[in-house]
Amino acid sequence: MVKKRVIPCLDVAGGRVVKGVNFVDLREMGEPIALATRYSELGADELVFLDITATLEGRGPILDLIERAAAELTIPFTVGGGVTGLDDARSLLRAGADKVAVNRAAFDDPSILTALADEFGSQAVVCAIDARGGEVVTHAGKTPRGRDAVDWAVEAVTRGAGELLVTSIDTDGTRQGYDLPLTRAVAAAVEVPVIASGGAGEARHLAEAFEVGAEAAIIASIVHERPERLPELKAELKEMGWNVRT
Amino acid sequence: MRVVLADYGAGNLRSVASALARAGAEPSITTDAKAVREAPLAVIAGVGHVESASRGLAATGLDEAIRERVAEGRPMLGICVGMQLLFGESDEGGCGLEILGGPVCRVKATRVPHMGWNNLSVTQPSPLVYGIEGEDVYFAHSYAVEPTDDRVVVAVADHGGRIVAAVQRGAVAGVQFHPERSALAGARVLENVLAWSRSA
Repeated sequence: MVKKRVIPCLDVAGGRVVKGVNFVDLREMGEPIALATRYSELGADELVFLDITATLEGRGPILDLIERAAAELTIPFTVGGGVTGLDDARSLLRAGADKVAVNRAAFDDPSILTALADEFGSQAVVCAIDARGGEVVTHAGKTPRGRDAVDWAVEAVTRGAGELLVTSIDTDGTRQGYDLPLTRAVAAAVEVPVIASGGAGEARHLAEAFEVGAEAAIIASIVHERPERLPELKAELKEMGWNVRT
Repeated sequence: MRVVLADYGAGNLRSVASALARAGAEPSITTDAKAVREAPLAVIAGVGHVESASRGLAATGLDEAIRERVAEGRPMLGICVGMQLLFGESDEGGCGLEILGGPVCRVKATRVPHMGWNNLSVTQPSPLVYGIEGEDVYFAHSYAVEPTDDRVVVAVADHGGRIVAAVQRGAVAGVQFHPERSALAGARVLENVLAWSRSA
């Protein structure tokens, strides 16, 4: 049986891991490969690198990072954040990312998902969907798009996405648990794996996401504060009866 | 030990090359048919579809080089789509090299792609799968091989039914999972393959 996955998400700015998504209050947390390797050793099932400054300064630093990550990591990793279109996504995959997460560019032009799936296989294509109150939002949650998130999720899969990364802006950063109604609705509507994102505070929250159909769950601040929390979380999930890799 | 990775335009092969280097090999990525035919070990990796991959192999002439090395009994390893290319017709279109018999069929499970870590069951002894019984390895695929001859199957996983995870017949081996992304168990598989190639 395939295991439920626990996936730390690292925010990257200018090739460095930073904490917080507020551009005026970035705190450097260290060298991305070193931190990624540490999470890998502690039992992370995959990693996500989110290039939070992509649109501000171009792709140079992240492409360099991907090449080194591809060579050095022994677990899979997804790269996303500010992917502007097909060429941008393709360059991330060609640099060695196992998967690329496309958000607004896919919403604006869903044919990008099809083109990427044709070239790299749908297993490499993650559609990232941000939602508030069940509605798709883009531009870091600032722009409501007037479309139901579940409806868009279904189309994204039809277009070629092999996995969905579903972030609730309502629960993100709260540490009060994932958006379970949203996660449940998306997971029930599609065949591909769904990664729940936004709101993890404790092992119980990941268990709840798995319970409603997520195959994987993103964690961020709780492990960035203390990386040793990662193996503890997985042990607690195992204790609760979840099929996780330990 | 020299290992060549056949470069037929199917994505980035650096991850596999790096993993082979960690396992003690001297990997090189090449489009040269002679190198693919004659190296002590050849690896076909890559992403995407059987159809585009087999087109890429044909366009580079590497398909013939692979057939010849197999005919001459020199070891080769297919990874993921590279394993599917060893087989016949695929549900997603196209046909592999038909070195091993059987189609490539869409995975029948509640969740497709089969994505993530899954544990292996070794079904018969093979140098490929020493020491990895019960270990978790990383899968990311929507199609899987269904060999006509079950004797080529050396390891399986369970995802909505049996998934053929590793095959071997003579000097031909394939793994559906990604050893380069499967932590220590994946490294063990690559070390196994290198040891097996040295003794072949």
